Amino acid sequence: MKFIDEYRDRESVQRLLGALRSSVTRHWTLMEICGGQTHAFLRFGLDGLLPPEIELVHGPGCPVCVTPVEQIDRAVAIAGREEVIFTSFGDMLRVPGTISDLFAVRARGGDVRVVYSPLDAVKLAQDHPDRQVVFFAIGFETTAPANAMAAIAARARGVGNFSMLVSQVCVPPAMEAILASPRNRVQAFLAAGHVCAVMGYWQYHPIAARFHVPMAVTGFEPVDLLRGMQAVVTQLETGQAKVENAYGRVVSEAGNRPAQEAMAKVFEPCDRQWRGIGVIPHSGLRLRPQFADLDAEARFDVGHVAASESSLCIAGEVLMGHKKPADCPAFGRECTPTSPLGAPMVSAEGTCAAYFRYQAPAGASHV
Amino acid sequence: MCLGIPGKITEVFERDALRMAKVDYGGVVKEACLTYEPEAQVGEYILVHVGFAISRMSEAEAQETLRLIGELAQFDDQEAAA
Repeated sequence: MKFIDEYRDRESVQRLLGALRSSVTRHWTLMEICGGQTHAFLRFGLDGLLPPEIELVHGPGCPVCVTPVEQIDRAVAIAGREEVIFTSFGDMLRVPGTISDLFAVRARGGDVRVVYSPLDAVKLAQDHPDRQVVFFAIGFETTAPANAMAAIAARARGVGNFSMLVSQVCVPPAMEAILASPRNRVQAFLAAGHVCAVMGYWQYHPIAARFHVPMAVTGFEPVDLLRGMQAVVTQLETGQAKVENAYGRVVSEAGNRPAQEAMAKVFEPCDRQWRGIGVIPHSGLRLRPQFADLDAEARFDVGHVAASESSLCIAGEVLMGHKKPADCPAFGRECTPTSPLGAPMVSAEGTCAAYFRYQAPAGASHV
Repeated sequence: MCLGIPGKITEVFERDALRMAKVDYGGVVKEACLTYEPEAQVGEYILVHVGFAISRMSEAEAQETLRLIGELAQFDDQEAAA
């Protein structure tokens, strides 16, 4: 497959590893933000090939993992209503709420459906005018334009029985929260390539400068991941802190302007709770007042949601890069992908699920 | 979640006032919305996320990346020979 195969080429990987080995002189801690990159990194076995000086910690870039438990509980409550067809990306169905998940709602007879595109949810509403179709609009900036277009399309087509439960999050405020933490260990970032496909990377220059942290916009194939690492390690070794683009075939500095405009038309910034981490100021997106009629939280009064988390789970520590999955006493014991205590063990892109799937638990921690 | 897959546009059409495409991912063909990449043409590669094209793949940048990696090897070979 063009644009993929050449970035999995063994010889290119070896050349990049050679360059990395010859440039690194001391221990550096890098963070990849995106859960897709965490999985690619472990899936291709890159963790076993890196020079020992380079440590990779894994960031909070899994929207399924950081969707707050309150919002899962709201989804469960709305999805259980008789008039509702609840639609979601597949990953969300097994994420545990306080007492239930969306799969359990479906098992009890609720109409919960997986959609590939947000536009499929709008189409479903058009096809079922007698039902209320609710779409669980989660995701980072990569997904926000698609979710925004669902709102725009529903409005343009006069679809009155469509609404959205919104839990959108944005990457730059989370990076700042990680860097500002007194326990921060991250010395350089691999910026998430597909978030940057939409947003560009102009937002990152002030963060790199303020915290003196190198960044490289990074893709998802082994060659891409190593190029990103090589870029930031070279900067670290030479005392630089700028933003480089190591994913030029997909990302430009300005990003995708029409997508940014649609996002800005439908959503506005808000403070947002990140599961396991807490509230990060201005890190979320919510519907603008002009689109408030599409807000499922207002349309369906589900009352007070008393959310609570497992006391064993250390998801927040893992998502901030302070700890690795094997540091959790429940990892691989009380908490497994078939019986998860926290969201990072559920999602296809969760850090704990990646370690459980690709690494023996005993060898999982480098910390 | 932020999975993006490169695919080749085989057909462009309009539906419900949105510009759409049929996209070939190495044999599997699916539809994608082109509203955020309105200039994309048949034969071009786009990156698709949850049914939306979010980027047109740059052939020139792809070649440049591979060229740079090729240069790394030369550098290493010279170092090894020295």
